[in-house]
Amino acid sequence: MRITEHPILEFQRGEEVTFFFEGQELKGFEGETIAAALHAAGIKVLGHSPNMHRPRGLFCAIGNCSSCLMVVNGEPNIRICVEKLKPGMRVETQQGKGCLK
Amino acid sequence: MKEIEILVIGGGPAGLSAATAAANLGASVLVLERDGKPGGQLVKQTHKFFGSKKQYAGDRGYQIGNLLIDECEKNPKVEVWTDSTALGIYEDGVVTAEGQGKHLKIKPKKIIVATGASEKMIAFPNNDLPGIYGAGAVQTLMNVYGIVPGKRVLMIGAGNIGLIVSYQLMQAGVEIAGIIEASPTIGGYLVHASKIRRAGVPILTSHTIIEAYGQESVEGAKICQLDAQWQPIPGSEQDLNVDVICLAVGLSPLTELCFQADCQMKYVPELSGHVPIRNESLETTRPGLYVAGDVSGVEEASSAMVEGRLAGICAAYSLGYGTDEAPKLQREALAELSELRAGPAGQKTVKGIMKLMDKGGAAC
Repeated sequence: MRITEHPILEFQRGEEVTFFFEGQELKGFEGETIAAALHAAGIKVLGHSPNMHRPRGLFCAIGNCSSCLMVVNGEPNIRICVEKLKPGMRVETQQGKGCLK
Repeated sequence: MKEIEILVIGGGPAGLSAATAAANLGASVLVLERDGKPGGQLVKQTHKFFGSKKQYAGDRGYQIGNLLIDECEKNPKVEVWTDSTALGIYEDGVVTAEGQGKHLKIKPKKIIVATGASEKMIAFPNNDLPGIYGAGAVQTLMNVYGIVPGKRVLMIGAGNIGLIVSYQLMQAGVEIAGIIEASPTIGGYLVHASKIRRAGVPILTSHTIIEAYGQESVEGAKICQLDAQWQPIPGSEQDLNVDVICLAVGLSPLTELCFQADCQMKYVPELSGHVPIRNESLETTRPGLYVAGDVSGVEEASSAMVEGRLAGICAAYSLGYGTDEAPKLQREALAELSELRAGPAGQKTVKGIMKLMDKGGAAC
């Protein structure tokens, strides 16, 4: 959910862009991270752990913890908490540990 | 291979202050910042800082961050590489980094490591559920991107970060179910705690989380009270209906590069973990490698800025810059650090630094 009014901060968002999560069309803003855009759309489950298949969400948001690894435009293990959103991006949950083609 | 006089690793409050201080004495400086924008965690702080005017007291964190960034940007001797992560420091002094998909090599004469700290985790069942965040993540979402993490939050930890982030959540319109703290006292400043209590949010000391629960993300949390021996008191359990659990349970210095560079390390609980042994000039046991800020012991942004300045002055001086003014600037910075650490909150740090430097009673 996006903050519309804040007593101290003003949020300057970039251009609105369209991207895809599991094939579903979503809107976000240029300049924000993929994680931010997914969160704003109410998506908290970003994948499942490779062995125990437990749900994984955003945890550190600064590229430290690797809880948010996803497949972006076909490339696995992208830390979506630091990867910026770009128009037309295809974001998918990752199965297993991912491998480079 | 990029050659530079001083390489600063980390563009937070310590790193930016180090870069400006060294450049002001005449040294050429390169700052490596892994994020897309320098400023570190300061850019997420909406509260006003304490301390004295020299450390920007009265200004809000993000305003201080912008000031430090401006000072660096307008200094022709400072270059900042954003989206660039340091990877290693080698025996021959070469530092490697990844920047925008490229493998970069840098040959500096001196290195200042200002990598900061990362958040600690605590153990409880289902602590890996989506909806459980580090306090820094909540600040990033909320204060950088303007997105709230959920509707109702349980905050774990009543240190300054737990208190400040709770207040920031309230400013963003999020309800705080409560703040719990395992120790019998509130760790943070009472001025922050009072603001939260006045707004009707309970701060429960001697309380801990038993478990989080939920199918695919957090649906609630069970908490309980602890006795004087930190053991759960039967019958004191409470069930909280929350969709977010925020962890503000402390920070650990991000010292991987120091370990890898073979700096001699020491475990000092007062400084929040393993930290590099360093002298009064903040130089580690690896000659020419300095540290500043949380990486040398978890403290606050105010002291990180002064440590950064001190490391920058010392590194530049060792290269022959500022022969006249550097010793005076160095003494001033050391005096500011002592002043910042003079209060009760600073005593822990002073004790930690004594242990680190193997000093008896000398002031630091």
